[in-house]
Amino acid sequence: MLPLNSLTLKPGKTGIIHSLKESHISPKLLEMGFLPGKEIRLLRTAPGGSPLYLDLQGHFIALRKDEAEVIVLKSGN
Amino acid sequence: MILALIGNPNAGKTSVFNHLTGMRQKTGNFPGVTVDKKTGGLTLPDGTEATIIDLPGAYSLYPNSMDERIATDILCNRNSASYPALALYVADVNNLERHLLLCSQLIDLEIPVLLALTMTDIAETNGLHCAMQSLAEELGVEIVQVNGRTGSGITELISRIPAAKLRKSKRFSDTRSFAPQTVDALKKIFPDENDYSALLLAHHHQRFDFINASQKNEISRITTTGFNSLQLQVQETLARYEKITALLRRAVTQEKKNEQETFTEKIDKLLTHRVFGSLIFLAVLFFVFQAIFAWATYPMEWIDSGFSELGSLAKTHLPHGVINDLLTEGILPGLSGICIFIPQITILFALIIFLEDVGYMSRTIFLSDSIMRKFGLNGRSIVSLFSGLACAVPAIMTTRTITNWKERLITIMVTPLMSCSARIPVYTILVALVIPGDSSIAFFDMRGLLMLGLYMLGVFAALISAFVLKKIIKTNEQSYLVMELPSYKIPNWKNIAFTVFEKVKIFVTQAGKVIFIISIVLWFLASYGPKKAMGEAENIPVSLTNETLTQEQVNDIIAARKMQASYAGQLGRFIEPVIEPLGFDWKIGIALITSFAAREVFVGTIATLYSVGREQSDESILEKMRSEINPQTGLQVFTPAVVFSLLIFYVFAMQCMSTIAVVKRETKSWKWAGIQFVYMTALAYVASFITYQLMS
Repeated sequence: MLPLNSLTLKPGKTGIIHSLKESHISPKLLEMGFLPGKEIRLLRTAPGGSPLYLDLQGHFIALRKDEAEVIVLKSGN
Repeated sequence: MILALIGNPNAGKTSVFNHLTGMRQKTGNFPGVTVDKKTGGLTLPDGTEATIIDLPGAYSLYPNSMDERIATDILCNRNSASYPALALYVADVNNLERHLLLCSQLIDLEIPVLLALTMTDIAETNGLHCAMQSLAEELGVEIVQVNGRTGSGITELISRIPAAKLRKSKRFSDTRSFAPQTVDALKKIFPDENDYSALLLAHHHQRFDFINASQKNEISRITTTGFNSLQLQVQETLARYEKITALLRRAVTQEKKNEQETFTEKIDKLLTHRVFGSLIFLAVLFFVFQAIFAWATYPMEWIDSGFSELGSLAKTHLPHGVINDLLTEGILPGLSGICIFIPQITILFALIIFLEDVGYMSRTIFLSDSIMRKFGLNGRSIVSLFSGLACAVPAIMTTRTITNWKERLITIMVTPLMSCSARIPVYTILVALVIPGDSSIAFFDMRGLLMLGLYMLGVFAALISAFVLKKIIKTNEQSYLVMELPSYKIPNWKNIAFTVFEKVKIFVTQAGKVIFIISIVLWFLASYGPKKAMGEAENIPVSLTNETLTQEQVNDIIAARKMQASYAGQLGRFIEPVIEPLGFDWKIGIALITSFAAREVFVGTIATLYSVGREQSDESILEKMRSEINPQTGLQVFTPAVVFSLLIFYVFAMQCMSTIAVVKRETKSWKWAGIQFVYMTALAYVASFITYQLMS
């Protein structure tokens, strides 16, 4: 299990969400559809390495680096 | 009857609203907050009149921004004047899972829902099929397909309103089960509430203004034990999604997924690319900048000359007297001061709304967030700072989308440092005063370079001030950016035109009011003064020198003397000791004071003070200013040191009543407006002082 960042998920690669860490941001992430079991793809990062440009099943969402870290991916992708 | 139009951001709500109401819409304010409230009229098939309230887009009833809060505050308060009899819920059929979350919450609040599914044409292309009948049955609500572009389905939507209003939907989730004790205890105190509204009361009571302090205390007492707001919110959201996902599995079928890159993905490879994306963004910024200045010049000149025509017409054709003076020297210049900004504001709004409508704006936020954060700002601040180049008033209003209070506040505090369009006339005349028209270095026009330098100085000051404020202002609220990057779409010109019109109207009526009143007050201060002094100014003969003066020149001299004797003149003399170290005399002092109406008034005031007739051109004002001699020292008044000191002063100083008013309104306190005034004025004073002392 790995937190989501540009090291654990290389640009262009897809991972599966395992869970969300407990954080003030987790309800917001859930609302936006970051649910356990969903596939997530990192397209690229902005200049400076943040925010991340993510593809959540055909819908694009930008998350800052710190917020992405709240998302935990299943290992072995 | 009140209908609420509600849905997630990017659901296509605005187009549906425009189709429903046509031109029958108006914009006001929600009571107590500054978020724009759009309402529209609608006649139902049975002839009854309904009012539609366009609630700002929200993802759930757990709001994060000022805009999102509106929906929660209204929908949780049954006694609110805006509480709807029916919610028209707009949802994107391609993203139903997320869009149904808020819808399911409305159902649990027992608000009748009529679901309007948008973007069905896109769904068809993508091979997505939605069994509307079964979805409608499972959710227990009426469903209609609408097309926001063509308006098809709108008539059916309207025709279903009466039935949908009466339909009693079934409960979506068992909301009591999340916190049974809390819900039961709250329902005892508030017998009118249902399970879900009681639960939301427990979550949000501190923020709600429709319950009183003792009620809040009572709820707080109940929620201190066994009620973890954050955890419960996660639980509830997960439970809702579980049901929604299962429901959609039955109702929605997706043909084999198209693995090809979408249009948006292809474009974004370039537009959000680290290097090219940033370069394109800079090019877009430059284009907008260019547009504000180049395109707006002509209409601005027409407005300017139109008003002076009107002024001279009124002056000659209306009987002389106070009313005439008030009209030609107070009211007309005041109106002109408002109207002159309309071209730039319209162009600025049109471009911003266009970029927003096609989906580019969120990409600029994506690109600039990381650098803006270094200065305590937010990616979204870029829009405000940029708008500040036209006018700080609408720019400050665009900060409402920034969810973090500290970042929003810093953006508000530094935006007026961006050189707004009212500074242009001031810069132009002062720059021309120190640099001859034909001087250039290599291929660069020196005047243009100095202008550019002044703009850069403003940007630089804004970023530095933001950085300092970031260190000073303390907050516990954490900053975040969770932002949808919507698919690019063809602009909806009608929507853009509507929105631009509304925004400009708000600017004219709100900022316009302030500019107008201030102009009249300043006219009074500049035209009236202590009786004795004013009498002397008029009656002491002019021709002390032996030169023969034309009647016009005599009038000009009298006008300048009267200005000197007026209350404004007294004020100028009063502040002279303070501004002397900056190289300014009392005449410049008067111009600084009158600039509070709008900075460009500086030019007009200077023209009057140096007794230059109105009908003369800019060049003659320049000549007069160049040859102005200080009677005590016998030296030139506008030395390069004075001019640069003035330029620096205008870059930094907070000299705009409208901005002060809008900052007060947006931060809901005089405190921040006051702090802003003080820090900007101090910055201007110190910088001008250093400039003058170094150069003289």
